[in-house]
Amino acid sequence: MIEASPSLALVIAIGVQFGAGVYLLLERSLTRVLVGIYLIGNGVNLMFLLAGGAAAGPPLIGTGPEEEMADPLPQAMVLTAIVINLGLTAFVLAMAYRSWQLHGHDEVQDDLEDRRLARRAERGEFDSRDDDFGANLAVEAAEARDETEEPVISEQPSPFARGDRGDGS
Amino acid sequence: MLQLLALHLVVALVAPTMMRLLGRKGFILLALAPASVAVWALVHTRQILDGNPVEVHLAWIPTVDAMLDFRVDGLAWLMMMLVGGVGALVLFYCAWYFASGAHGLGRFAGCFIAFAGAMLGLVTTDNTLALFVFWELTTIFSYLLIGHYFERKGSRRSAMQAIVVTVTGGLAMLMGFLILGEVPGGSYRVSELVASPPPASGLLTAALVLVLAGALSKSALVPFHFWLPGAMAAPTPVSAYLHAAAMVKAGVYLVARFAPGFAENPVWIWLVLISGSVTMLLGGYRAMRQHDLKLLLAYGTVSQLGFLILLVGQPDRGIALAGLALIGAHAMFKAALFLTTGVIDAAAGTRDLRELSGLARNLKGAFVPGLLAVVSMVGLPPAAGYVGKEAVLEALNHGGQPRHWVLMIVVVVGSILTFAYGIRYLWGAYARKPGVPDTALDREHIGLFISPNLLAVGGIVAGMVPALGEYLLAPYAMSYPVGRPGHLTLWAGFGVPLGLTVLIVVVGSLLALARPTVERIQEMISPPLDADRAYRSSMRQLDRFSASLTSYTQSGALPVYLGVILIVGIGLVSTAMISGNVVPGEVRMWDSPVSGGIAVAIVLAALLVVRARRRLKAVVLMGVAGYGVVLLFALHGAPDLALTQALVETVTIVVFLLVLRRLPAYFSNRPLVASRWWRAIIAIAAGLVMSMLALSIPGTRVHEQISQDFFTEGHLFGWGNNIVNVTLVDVRAWDTMGEIAVLLVAATGVASLVFIRHRQRSVERVSDYDPELPPAWHEGPDPGPALRRLGDPGKPVTGRRGQHWLPGGATLAPYRRSVMFEVITRMLFHTMLVLAVWLLFAGHNAPGGGFIAGMVAGVALIVRYLAGGRYELGEALPVQPGALLGGGLLLATGTGIAPLFFGGQVLQSFRVDLDLGVLGEVHLMTTLPFDIGVFLIVVGLVLDILRTLGAEVDRQGEAEGRAAPDVAHDSPRTAVDDVELEEARAGGGDT
Repeated sequence: MIEASPSLALVIAIGVQFGAGVYLLLERSLTRVLVGIYLIGNGVNLMFLLAGGAAAGPPLIGTGPEEEMADPLPQAMVLTAIVINLGLTAFVLAMAYRSWQLHGHDEVQDDLEDRRLARRAERGEFDSRDDDFGANLAVEAAEARDETEEPVISEQPSPFARGDRGDGS
Repeated sequence: MLQLLALHLVVALVAPTMMRLLGRKGFILLALAPASVAVWALVHTRQILDGNPVEVHLAWIPTVDAMLDFRVDGLAWLMMMLVGGVGALVLFYCAWYFASGAHGLGRFAGCFIAFAGAMLGLVTTDNTLALFVFWELTTIFSYLLIGHYFERKGSRRSAMQAIVVTVTGGLAMLMGFLILGEVPGGSYRVSELVASPPPASGLLTAALVLVLAGALSKSALVPFHFWLPGAMAAPTPVSAYLHAAAMVKAGVYLVARFAPGFAENPVWIWLVLISGSVTMLLGGYRAMRQHDLKLLLAYGTVSQLGFLILLVGQPDRGIALAGLALIGAHAMFKAALFLTTGVIDAAAGTRDLRELSGLARNLKGAFVPGLLAVVSMVGLPPAAGYVGKEAVLEALNHGGQPRHWVLMIVVVVGSILTFAYGIRYLWGAYARKPGVPDTALDREHIGLFISPNLLAVGGIVAGMVPALGEYLLAPYAMSYPVGRPGHLTLWAGFGVPLGLTVLIVVVGSLLALARPTVERIQEMISPPLDADRAYRSSMRQLDRFSASLTSYTQSGALPVYLGVILIVGIGLVSTAMISGNVVPGEVRMWDSPVSGGIAVAIVLAALLVVRARRRLKAVVLMGVAGYGVVLLFALHGAPDLALTQALVETVTIVVFLLVLRRLPAYFSNRPLVASRWWRAIIAIAAGLVMSMLALSIPGTRVHEQISQDFFTEGHLFGWGNNIVNVTLVDVRAWDTMGEIAVLLVAATGVASLVFIRHRQRSVERVSDYDPELPPAWHEGPDPGPALRRLGDPGKPVTGRRGQHWLPGGATLAPYRRSVMFEVITRMLFHTMLVLAVWLLFAGHNAPGGGFIAGMVAGVALIVRYLAGGRYELGEALPVQPGALLGGGLLLATGTGIAPLFFGGQVLQSFRVDLDLGVLGEVHLMTTLPFDIGVFLIVVGLVLDILRTLGAEVDRQGEAEGRAAPDVAHDSPRTAVDDVELEEARAGGGDT
């Protein structure tokens, strides 16, 4: 098993980037949030590396004994993570740009739907249901009609048509 | 058995198409599906009655005891006859009932067949878990059928009410089944459970209560009775099927199915007795005051269901036999009555018995089945209903126990009510009422009358051959535990039963005659408890509760949500570390002093980023931290990572700058002071926890690295020396597959956010440049056209090949050009592309590969764009990014799938050795096309970013011509939507 004890330098780099990243993540400006995510990403990537063991030779066969090579698996994982980070960065920046186009700033607004719901609850709009229309079953029953009649096609009174029905058929 | 189920499934799926092709006559053809069930049952009658149930076993999910076991015994036979026979007749009736132009008939037919199929599975399966599945299927399809007219509020509400009530019961039943399966001596086989019930225990009682809750809710017994009258919003044929043979009969079936094993349990007896009795009396009482024929029948069904469950839920053989007979009788007369009501409704246009008059004379085709069915319902000879009720009274007369006497009273009172509302139905539907003119009637097609007449006559005929009924039903009734076997007969001599029947008829007739008085009394007494109202108000309470809970927990602010998530995460991780006694092991200062220095730089950069108020400063500092990580990677023995991170870092900074040129220079000054301390505390806690984790993780390793084998295996089977690259394209190629898909999605998202109006059709090239328009990247007044070397103003501004360093340079505003940059770009671009191709091919054995090569090519494109503007970008790579992204994904997936055609596995790699003669041997890896796919996607991503955040943002900026202020705003502004909301609220308040 390879040398595993962590290096303090890496640990501090991880911790500080994480803390700084979280602080920025809790802001509202999308640009700062994105910078925060980027720092957190750096911290996580380093953590992967740290978990893979101490510094060692590159995992290239033929460049040295295999026992002295670094763990290739975390490296492969981090590699994909780095590239995905680029995709994420581009996407959030496009969002920030769009937000600036629409609102003149790149800040994350409160979710309107949540606030609207809270207000509706305050006003007691949920005290009645909109589908609770019939006072009782008899009223609802009178409304329930099946589509048994042929629709009236012409002005000519057809043998099926009943003008006095009023059931919308 | 399985074939029948499969048939229903297939027919349900093709039903919509059939209905579209055949119109409403398609129902006749569809009726063959349920009819086949009845025929199957008829064919197997002898075998089943001889005590050899038809059994089919099919393993479904054996690990959880869910098996597709089917077992058709006498009870299942009866139910199959009803489900199939009534189902077929109802579908047949539909062919004339609905208007040919009625909406949604295809959906209706599909749901109906599927419903019949689910019902078939329910009554034949022998596995409790499969039973539950079929049970819920009937619930779902009945929901769809009840809500057939989904554009009506009443329909939707009724359907929702039905599904809420029955699903609740169904879940309770599932819990009961699970207990029955897991208690000592329990089983998931229904036949085993009934044959040898688990020993009595508290758990068993709980299980029985839960199972009964399911049955009672399905069969609409008190206290769940209210959903059934509401379900009359369904089309009438559905009501007929629902009330007579399916859905509500499922609950009766379940009680009859379990009663032979469990009916002696006192809790069972009392639950059935109380709920059944109250239901029977309440249903009859309320049926007597309805004016809508369908509602009257619906309450009648509620009453009858209480009656049926009372009977089949008793442990006595005689009562059970009568109950089974009444199940059959009820199916026939109730289906006939609903279908007849449908005829009346279609012909007269109303179901209100105050408006109907003279139908006995004018609509004989409906009067005859109506009369015969009512005769059976109220229990007059010679109908099946009479035979059943006589048998009940006879068996109760001989019972001898107190519960039998209670039952006797309930049955007699209930039957009086039944008699009264039966007469009310007849009078209401057909009588000529004083003061009401004869109802005008449409002529209805003869086909419409066939089904109700068949069913009503069937109810009479069955009553005239009671011996046949006894022959068919007695075997199952004998499986009940106690009592003398009963008999079905038309004439049992003079005795208590006959006397009671006379009493029922006399009092019932008086009650029916005193109709106006009874109605008046009923109106005066309003019931203290209304289950329907209770249901509605509880639903409102639920709404209110969830609204207040939502407004309490969902503040809508992203930082609050993220803060909560982070606090929970920090809490969980630190708790785990403390309780798990995870302590950091040995710690080294650094791998090398250099890495220590780099770490210090990273820390400083990260801290300064937090303090930065200027966007550009924050991004540059972020870059410093990023390049620091590059060096750490390099020192750690990860050359691929270092390369990738360096390139990505470069591209990232360029992307940031591309967007930042349009955003305000400074972050806005929101008054965030109040929350700053909170954020700082969470941030510090997160940093500390992650540090502790980083210290502890390396010491917790107990296994050898899984990647130990990568070196030998990667070399042997992946034929590569760069193990990281082999991991990416071979060992963990699925990960890479997912990742490139994410990149594609991200690129598409970027483009769709920026190209808001249209997707650019063609790539902008230098020849598209319009010299009449201001040049790219201009700002303010042009310092002077004299500075521009464009030749004649009339000539198109295309640089001729060989005359310019970069063809697109001429399209830029002169003061934006840098000759030095253009020259260097011209010299570097192709070199970088060659380097990219080399990295792509060499990547399998040396640092490199598709990702890195793609980033290098991407950087080359960035350089071209920065030096020559957006027209130059079009010259550099005149394709759409979508083509690269799609082509890359196609290539990668194609390579992944290809091995399947050669007997390999997905993403397996092969080596192809080619002997090219003079040129020597060439070894080609099948992973190479995969890596090329990755390469194309990465290049596509960068090109997409340049096209959107570069070129398109350029264009929009030039078109809009507004530069961002230094600071967006000083105070939080209410969003536009919010203002509108407030105005709407104010406006709403005034009016």
